[in-house]
Amino acid sequence: MAIESFKYDNVIVRNFTLATLFWGVVGMFVGLLAATQLFLPELNLGFGPTTFSRIRPLHTNAVIFAFVGNAIFAGVYYSLQRLCKARMYSDLLSKINFWGWQLIILSAALTFTNGITTSKEYAELEWPIDIAIAIIWVVFGWNMFGTIIKRRERHMYVAIWFYIATFITVALLHVVNSFELPVSLLKSYPLYAGVQDALVQWWYGHNAVAFFLTTPYLGLMYYYLPKAADRPVFSYRLSIIHFWSLIFIYIWAGPHHLLYTALPDWAQSLGTVFSLMLIAPSWGGMLNGLLTLRGAWDKVRDDPVLKFLIVAVTAYGMATFEGPMLAIKSVNAISHYTDWTIAHVHVGALGWNGFLTFGMLYWMVPRLYGTKLWSTRLAEYHFWIGFLGILAYAVPMWFAGITQSLMWKQFTPEGLFQYPNFLETVLQIVPMYVIRAAGGLLYLTGVVFGVVNLAKTARQGALIREEAAEAPALESRHPDKGQDSYKHRILERKPIVFLLVTTVVVAIGGLVEIVPTFLIKSNVPTISSVKPYTPLELEGRDVYVAEGCYNCHSQMVRPFRSETERYGEYSKAGEFVYDHPFQWGSKRTGPDLHRVGKKYPDAWHWNHMIDPITMSPGSIMPRYPWLAEQQVDPDGTPAKVRAMQKLGVPYPEGYDTLAVADMRQQAEVIITGLGDAGITADPQSKLVALIAYLQRLGTDIKVDTAAQGQ
Amino acid sequence: MEVMFILIGFSLAAATGFLVAFIWALKRGQFDDLTTPAIRMLFESGSRKKDDAKG
Repeated sequence: MAIESFKYDNVIVRNFTLATLFWGVVGMFVGLLAATQLFLPELNLGFGPTTFSRIRPLHTNAVIFAFVGNAIFAGVYYSLQRLCKARMYSDLLSKINFWGWQLIILSAALTFTNGITTSKEYAELEWPIDIAIAIIWVVFGWNMFGTIIKRRERHMYVAIWFYIATFITVALLHVVNSFELPVSLLKSYPLYAGVQDALVQWWYGHNAVAFFLTTPYLGLMYYYLPKAADRPVFSYRLSIIHFWSLIFIYIWAGPHHLLYTALPDWAQSLGTVFSLMLIAPSWGGMLNGLLTLRGAWDKVRDDPVLKFLIVAVTAYGMATFEGPMLAIKSVNAISHYTDWTIAHVHVGALGWNGFLTFGMLYWMVPRLYGTKLWSTRLAEYHFWIGFLGILAYAVPMWFAGITQSLMWKQFTPEGLFQYPNFLETVLQIVPMYVIRAAGGLLYLTGVVFGVVNLAKTARQGALIREEAAEAPALESRHPDKGQDSYKHRILERKPIVFLLVTTVVVAIGGLVEIVPTFLIKSNVPTISSVKPYTPLELEGRDVYVAEGCYNCHSQMVRPFRSETERYGEYSKAGEFVYDHPFQWGSKRTGPDLHRVGKKYPDAWHWNHMIDPITMSPGSIMPRYPWLAEQQVDPDGTPAKVRAMQKLGVPYPEGYDTLAVADMRQQAEVIITGLGDAGITADPQSKLVALIAYLQRLGTDIKVDTAAQGQ
Repeated sequence: MEVMFILIGFSLAAATGFLVAFIWALKRGQFDDLTTPAIRMLFESGSRKKDDAKG
């Protein structure tokens, strides 16, 4: 067996590390800005691109795909080379992966702030960028499998399995959720509508958490935690069992995001059951991490790296306990649409992802630069200030979520709402928003400490660009054919087979859950009175999407008395058949809007959008004065109508040629009404279109009820 | 939409296949050597000089 000499590529790891830190600071700063606007709406500076509804997607995408994404690449590129005892397959692919990913992030920042969005949460990027993501992701996978194939270590360590599952599943999720029909260069409509769009989206959304924020990080945990503690993982057996069960169960849990909505009941129950089952494999991972330190807990006292990693694993355990609890329907009835969800995801994001990232970087960067950490004390400060930041973030959000939900549901003994005004329940929790922002500021301060510490560490050392290593070459066929060559070994030694098996495991869950809703017509009852949107309403809907209204307003009245009393008739699946994309939302910072149509006069909406405080004193909604000035482009309308026709929306043949005339006509009616109220409005303004859409919302079914009553 | 029927058939077949493979693998004693890989990853062939560093 010849000993081969080769070199690890540390430059790519350094590059991804720099990107992680840069985008981490940017993403968290945007988050802080968004959080602050919830008690100081003026902080958007009267400027669309810095308004909450546009920067909230920017924040979520930046921390998920830019901060965590780059950290995944940094961690994988470092650990994969060492676990495979091989250099990355191709330096060129590494570079394309790096620069491609950064360009995608940059394009996200530019498009989101300019209102170019698909409105599907964590998948808001428009179609050309979706294609770029798919290409760069495949480049990453190509590079990874190339490395695995030319590895010098037969056995594939558990971390690699997690990386593979991540690659396969994210590719699958991204492609399936991004089926969309382009209307123009930067605008598309999803192929799915209403309830089906919602199911696909939350199948994606949930699994983005599972396979972008969880499985790659479990892989990183299985590498960096044993390394930092200098002891093997507690149970290798457990790591195998919880890996397979985790990927098999996670894929089914998506519908828990849609409990009590118009999603078919069987799909909801399926989501709940699998979410509860998820506790087992999740806690398998957590316990395996924590128990790795059995008998070595004294190390945690002195080593900030271990402190970060252990709190990360603990936060993972807490979040994966809370998640299944929130997926129980009766708990979800309280928690959904509130800040409780925000608390839940931030325990995961700040604790699990954030702390694991910094634990990893504090361990890895000194090794990249052949030196020691510049200041252990500063890292300790980072740890404690970040830890306090997480508490100051999560606790007020738990408090706010439960408080507000109970206020929504509180009836007086006479059976009337105790808090009939939605705004009252918002103002009650504004102090919590202030504390939350302070928590975020603490956390971000810690991150800045981390950046300084790592920069100083880099400066006192010198980057080992090419790290020499040697290992025996791998024999082409493994000799032991006896009883030792059991199945799992074969799987581990054949990455392509392993790839296929993982795909299959993951695909089963997704297909079996999604396919029936496409096929079973009864899942989407068609309501005869539900008609396609008029061209003006369609344009207004696109304004609603572009401004990101869904970030604060749901369009889904759940079948509870506390909701039907407040908003109106509960939402039916058949009402959404022309909704490409669905706009159910996931958070009610403002009230639900599904039954807002005809509730207020046009003039009310006009004034409210220009300055919400004039209509609702104390409102924390941002002002949208630019909607009165910017115009809808009528040249684009026929193409939109044609696209909708292609997607099955039954506009009459050739309607696209009449669309603009119809649009003008409807706008004139609104303008006349506004004129009577003393408002001079531009009939082509986006605000007129938005009003047309808002006044249409949820009204089709009222027509039906009225007709039946006669 | 007929392609969906094919997909269901495919996924059910795959699910069955996976289950069979899993049971078969289990009976063959697939999970025997669960010690060495966990220890082996702790040793770096390349960074011997620096591996003694604390942490």
